[in-house]
Amino acid sequence: MGYIESYLALSAILFVLGLYTVSTRRNAVAILMGVELILNAANINFIAFSKFVTHSLDGHVVTIFVVMLAAAEAAVALAIVLNMYNNTGHINVDEANSLKQ
Amino acid sequence: MADLIFWLFWGLTVASASIVAFSKNLIYAVFSLLGTFIGVAAMYIFLNADFVAVTQIVIYVGGILVLLIFGIMLTNRITQTVISESSFQKMFGLTVVFAVLIMVLIPVLGHTWTNGEPMAFQETIHQIGTLLFTDYILLFEVASILLLGALIGAATLARKER
Amino acid sequence: MITVALLILLLPLLSFAIQIFFRKFIESKNGEWISIGIQLTTLGLAFYLFAVMIGHYDPHFRIEENVTWFNLGNFSLEMGILIDNISVIMLLVVALISSLVHIYSTEYMKGDIRFSRYYGFLGIFTFSMNGIVLANNFFMIYVFWELVGLSSYLLIGHWWEKNSAADASKKAFITNRVGDIGMFMGLMIIMTVLGTLNYQGVYTGIASGEWEGGIGTLFGGANPHTLLTWAGILLFMGAVGKSAQFPLHIWLPDAMEGPTPVSALIHAATMVAAGVYLTVRIFPILTPDAMATVAFIGGVTAFYAATIAITQNDIKKVLAYSTVSQLGYMIMALGTGAYVAGFFHLITHAMFKAGLFLASGSVIHAMHHALHDIKDHDTDAQDMRNMGGLKSKMPYTYLIFIVASLSISGIPFFSGFLSKDAILAGSWAYASTAHEGWLASMHMAWILPFFGFGAAVITAFYMFRLIFMTFFGESKRPDIFEKMHESPKAMTVPLMILAALSLFFFYTIPSINPFSTHGWFSHVIENPGTVVNFGSTFNLEHFEHANHEAHMPAMILSLIVATLGIGFATLVYLLKKVSAESLASKLGVLYKGSFNKWYMDEFYINGIIRPFLKGCDAVALFDMEYYDHYLINGAGRNTKKVSSGVGVADDLIVDGAVNFSGYIFQWLGWSLKFIQTGRIQNYLIFALIGVVAVFLLNAF
Repeated sequence: MGYIESYLALSAILFVLGLYTVSTRRNAVAILMGVELILNAANINFIAFSKFVTHSLDGHVVTIFVVMLAAAEAAVALAIVLNMYNNTGHINVDEANSLKQ
Repeated sequence: MADLIFWLFWGLTVASASIVAFSKNLIYAVFSLLGTFIGVAAMYIFLNADFVAVTQIVIYVGGILVLLIFGIMLTNRITQTVISESSFQKMFGLTVVFAVLIMVLIPVLGHTWTNGEPMAFQETIHQIGTLLFTDYILLFEVASILLLGALIGAATLARKER
Repeated sequence: MITVALLILLLPLLSFAIQIFFRKFIESKNGEWISIGIQLTTLGLAFYLFAVMIGHYDPHFRIEENVTWFNLGNFSLEMGILIDNISVIMLLVVALISSLVHIYSTEYMKGDIRFSRYYGFLGIFTFSMNGIVLANNFFMIYVFWELVGLSSYLLIGHWWEKNSAADASKKAFITNRVGDIGMFMGLMIIMTVLGTLNYQGVYTGIASGEWEGGIGTLFGGANPHTLLTWAGILLFMGAVGKSAQFPLHIWLPDAMEGPTPVSALIHAATMVAAGVYLTVRIFPILTPDAMATVAFIGGVTAFYAATIAITQNDIKKVLAYSTVSQLGYMIMALGTGAYVAGFFHLITHAMFKAGLFLASGSVIHAMHHALHDIKDHDTDAQDMRNMGGLKSKMPYTYLIFIVASLSISGIPFFSGFLSKDAILAGSWAYASTAHEGWLASMHMAWILPFFGFGAAVITAFYMFRLIFMTFFGESKRPDIFEKMHESPKAMTVPLMILAALSLFFFYTIPSINPFSTHGWFSHVIENPGTVVNFGSTFNLEHFEHANHEAHMPAMILSLIVATLGIGFATLVYLLKKVSAESLASKLGVLYKGSFNKWYMDEFYINGIIRPFLKGCDAVALFDMEYYDHYLINGAGRNTKKVSSGVGVADDLIVDGAVNFSGYIFQWLGWSLKFIQTGRIQNYLIFALIGVVAVFLLNAF
């Protein structure tokens, strides 16, 4: 609780788990979940550095913007996913390759 | 006591995030994401960030998570009891991701980050409000335009073609 | 005058064009009368020219018009019309005989499958012949020379369905080519040295010494006299071919495969006379050696052809060899310097020989119809052994035959006597006076009068043999004889005209003495003498003097020999006192030789053509077996070997390098294609690998 490394380690673990999710899942919604994990990992870092290093609340403000962006991103991404589902009947990103040569 | 609670939440976060990453059942993954969000919120509290923690709970759990659950429900057959979701290049991804983890952990653990005493607890809402409307006013306005664009964009995209 | 001459030249060409291009419109509608009308117009114009010429009554009468045909740098060729006494007389003869043949052919060729074409070809022949006559330079004469060769070819081959006719036309054309090559070489020699081919230009060029100066280093600085001798002989070679002189006479008897009127027009009266005409034109430039050659060839031809004519049974073949013999006379006359006599004989011979041929055509025509009536298609209508006694059936033809034969035999009161006597006198004079020329220097000059008188005996003999076999005695084929009848007017009238023109007084006017040598003809035609004034030359004065001396004895002797020939023929064929068969068997080799034309054709085939073909085969064999096999193909093979070696190196090294680099990139592409999955998540992983790699690079 009193060490920044414990937060940074958690952040790192969440980040790589998010990366793993993004890079291995086929389902577009699952990939969105991975993205949320990565964003959370970043947020933890912002707050932790705010407390232990900069001693200011700027990190909090940035975190709030990130959360807001995450909400906007989730809304638009889900809209795209729904559209894709309507058009193709599935949301598997590895099959969404109609732009592939 | 506080340490114990911290490590409990720490473990909860890692465990539920792992379920998100590795679970074969998408429903399980989504619901374990709830645990992750709560754990992260707990981390914020431990970091003296009360407003951010509350925002985390409200927006993530109340907004984004519900949105994700809707997304899963809308894109799978209602008759499917188990919404399993296959994944690929697991071992390859795991290896690379593990390497990245090591790569990140090396500076995280091998570097002295602290800069004097950690900031003591203080009430943050007022200060954040002041910051948002002073230093970050432009960012705030841009963010509001972005949210408006995202709202319109999401509505346009999700709308049924006429 | 020039316009008239051009009209005479070009009208027959118009006739040709009409007959050929409008054949379909006129063939069945008496279209031949268009040609006859044109020909008669030509005849009228020729008469006009003749009248003008006689009006001048001047040996040096001469109108010449010249245009440049084309210029090539310094080289230029000219075309021109020359009207002088010789060409006017020739024009009249050609136009007259051509007209008569045109008329005669309406009956003779009636029903022929290529009737219109026949008239067209007669037209182009007349055009070409007029071109020869009117030309004022040797090049133009050469052009028309080839044109008459062509029309002769076309007319001999008129019935080309018959193999013999097709072969004869080819033989005539090719044999003529042999002579023409010599003529062309002669033209080139003269052109090279003098730069002109105009008659007068050549004469003055040689007379003024330009010839000697012009040679310079040409022809290796040849002796001008020798070169001129060769030029003359080479030009004369053209005449040898066209006038069927020994040894190129072989085509003329075969040319009898053509229609008989054609034989009369082309192969008796006019075209074969073109050679004599050419010799007349080159006469002034002949050196004594060249003249000796001309005279010798003429004499040999006259005698040699006459001996063959004795034994032939085909009525046209007899006349053909007779023609060769008479042409030999003309050539011999020109060679001996008897210029006037030679040209005179050309004219008289044209008349009586055309008459003879057309008369024989009349007989053949009647025979054909008779054979057709009795449905006999195997009997030869031209074989005299199937005739006999025709005197009563064909009185006009018989009469004409008698007149023309007396003329050709050299009996007084007929034209042949005048010209032949002059020729014999000329040869006598040449033999007695000549000191120049190889014939004289070898002491062989007397062979010419021998040939001349010998041929005269034989001529009289074979002509009366022909008459007796055809018109006298019993018919050998009474079945044919029954059906024979006189030919129609269109055929007999031209015959009568020709027979009339074989009488003496047409040529002796204003004198009516049948022995006169001072008619209009010998006035307007004057021996031009020679223009060769270097080396040995022909002495005209000397010759004329000797000619005068020889005139009387030659005349008496010629009368004797003619009577001798006729008498002998009477003995053998009319009175049958001597059996022809026993005579033949007694003569043995001579008879066989004569009957087989002294094996001249066989000599050509076995002595020249076959060895030549064998030589060609040998050369071809050498070409294929050695030259091609070792040199060409060998080079090819070796090149191929080297090429294949180079090719292997190419394949291995150059292509190998190229292919190897290709393979590298192919392999690279092949291996890299697996990371281009099109999956964004793969790319993400690769990006992460990149991040790790950068980190590792920084860390170490």
